[in-house]
Amino acid sequence: MSVVIIVDNGRIIDPLHGVDSHGELWICDGRIVAAGSVPADGAQRFDAEGCWVVPGLIDMHVHLREPGEEYKETIVSGTRAAAAGGFTGVACMPNTKPVNDCGSVTTFILRTAEQGAARVYPVGAVSKGSAGGELAEYAEMKEAGIVAVSDDGRPVMNSQLMRRALEYAGSHGLPIISHPEDDALSRNGSMHEGFVSTRLGLRGIPAAAEAIMVYREIALAELTGTRMHLAHISTAASVDLIRRAKDRGIGVTAETAPHYFSLTDEAVRGYNTNAKMNPPLRSEIDRRVIIEALGDGTFDAIATDHAPHSVLEKDIEFDLAANGIIGLETALPLALALVRDGSLSVGRLVELLSVNPARILGVAGGSLAIGSPADVTVIDPRKRFVFAEETIVSKSRNSPFLGRELTGKAVLTVCGGRITHAELMPN
Amino acid sequence: MTGQQTHVFRHKHIFGLEQMSREDIEYIIATAHSFKEISNRSIKKVPTLRGKTVVNLFLEPSTRTRLSFEIAAKRMSADTFNIASSTSSAAKGETIIDTARNIEAMNPDIIVLRHSSSGAPHLLARHVDCPVINAGDGTHEHPSQGLLDIMTILEHKERLDGLKIAIVGDISHSRVAGSDIIGFTRLGARVCLAGPATFIPYGIASAEVEVAATVKEAVTGADVVMALRIQKERQQDPLIPSLREYAIRYGINREVLQYARDDVLIMHPGPINRGVEMSPDVADGPWSVILDQVTNGVAVRMALLYLVLGGVKESQDTEG
Repeated sequence: MSVVIIVDNGRIIDPLHGVDSHGELWICDGRIVAAGSVPADGAQRFDAEGCWVVPGLIDMHVHLREPGEEYKETIVSGTRAAAAGGFTGVACMPNTKPVNDCGSVTTFILRTAEQGAARVYPVGAVSKGSAGGELAEYAEMKEAGIVAVSDDGRPVMNSQLMRRALEYAGSHGLPIISHPEDDALSRNGSMHEGFVSTRLGLRGIPAAAEAIMVYREIALAELTGTRMHLAHISTAASVDLIRRAKDRGIGVTAETAPHYFSLTDEAVRGYNTNAKMNPPLRSEIDRRVIIEALGDGTFDAIATDHAPHSVLEKDIEFDLAANGIIGLETALPLALALVRDGSLSVGRLVELLSVNPARILGVAGGSLAIGSPADVTVIDPRKRFVFAEETIVSKSRNSPFLGRELTGKAVLTVCGGRITHAELMPN
Repeated sequence: MTGQQTHVFRHKHIFGLEQMSREDIEYIIATAHSFKEISNRSIKKVPTLRGKTVVNLFLEPSTRTRLSFEIAAKRMSADTFNIASSTSSAAKGETIIDTARNIEAMNPDIIVLRHSSSGAPHLLARHVDCPVINAGDGTHEHPSQGLLDIMTILEHKERLDGLKIAIVGDISHSRVAGSDIIGFTRLGARVCLAGPATFIPYGIASAEVEVAATVKEAVTGADVVMALRIQKERQQDPLIPSLREYAIRYGINREVLQYARDDVLIMHPGPINRGVEMSPDVADGPWSVILDQVTNGVAVRMALLYLVLGGVKESQDTEG
């Protein structure tokens, strides 16, 4: 007997196919099917009145911490947090312990992910141990299932290594995800360099530390004719460089994170380590330019850079505290705020959170076409909730949005036809 | 002064001058002024804080500030305990929070903290119930130093309104400058900073704070000239090529001081690199109030200890 799920009365939004209309979405045995094409008796039927039905969200930049730091997050807990936030797929960065720089680690991640609540797309390391020395074995990792390579968490400072990595990754059809940072300029810095860092006596990280490397990556993408994706862009200067590179037809894509369009360096006042991440929260001008660049297509994706840490790394001196915040459960409401204030259309939001990440990583998803895998997110854009510690699904609590009232939430997440998160009740 | 008598001091912790209003600062100075005379008595002790316990938690080397806090507490009859970096558990890998909780379990009334990380007092205060006084945190603030600088200037100039105060040296890495700039401008002074651009923090210029191109420009017409201690580099960050070149270009000497007002005050938070940021004849010359700063430090710290405990003197009728 087939398993059938029917989502009724929703606004179905599938920008890849130009669809934005009210109707029913039918799922049968893990695939999207035409309404009425299969028997409906015994189907689970959800009333999505007032909700949006969109292709499953894909977060192309998360840290799941397993193997090695399971006290912060595991593949299972991280994918559950993803499902609760409306995500059906996540790309996990290789800076685990050990680093995902060989096929056996990739295989371990994918095997463990079978118990998870979302699709996991492993990203392999650019260099062995992400140490910036020798190339890792991309072909072996690709065979095991990686979708991209990155040394995220630290920059590839050696330009020759990055050039060779681009060329070699290109031969294996893998995009490179760059963490653009000049670490000589950012070293020992713990927040954005500006008036607030001066007042707080914290060593600053200038915006130029990012822009310099963004320019290098653009130049290398042009030199090698290979695709380069720029991670967690935080500054106006970088946006300007990316926009001009795209105008010239260079193969770069870029993502930003919800905290860069929701907060500024003012959030650090009081030495709140949950406002510490790398790159750091920037100025109000940067924040506004980031929002503009989400609307005009300079950015291809919103990714959370979900970075779980425990109190051991966070409840300590600010300059010693670890970088990063969790993001899977707040990304959607924070992005929806941009739709409410008119900065983004709903269709653009779905492109940023689903269509484009799938395209950049070359994975399934981002589509509600008949026959596609049934990765579907149902969003109630009106639902209000307080992001409280007790309700967090992730194993970690390090968020600057704790205690905030947020609007808009995933109320049903379906991954491959399996319900991974449900706040709607079937009738 | 009647306005100050009725001022209510609301700060449980002393993190920095940024949190303080002009009235708060004036109230602390007035309180310090009233305590200053105690240090001149033959028996330098009052019972004000008898039975109170002050823990000096100094997790970064310090001789002068620790000594000043200790003398201040003892002159108020508090019991003081010093925990220095080398003797604490910090070296054994214990976190500052564990250290603080252990100290708190022994019921101190005040913790005075010196720490190399900016914001460490804020962190400590989130984990203990007693008042925390910042005795210098990273490159953030050193509020008791800022207050004693203000007190010293007030003793000689009676006001800060309208004064031109030059601060010369490594502003970026100076917690003293951090507190001074806020305190001086809040009391109406005009602050003029000088030093190579490697020493000038981002975004510091404002309506009240000007950045001069040369030491001469900063010193010209100044009522107060403060020099800061210079280190050649910090955290492998090259800041100046040599102390020698710094001394020639930015050192405060007699020659440059001729552009200041005749009644200029020379200040330095100590310890001085004689011949680097200040020539010996200037440090020891007639304009120098460097030792007044040290004396006032004790009075200011007595005032802070007194005020964070609610400004309540020991009740005589409990004596029995």
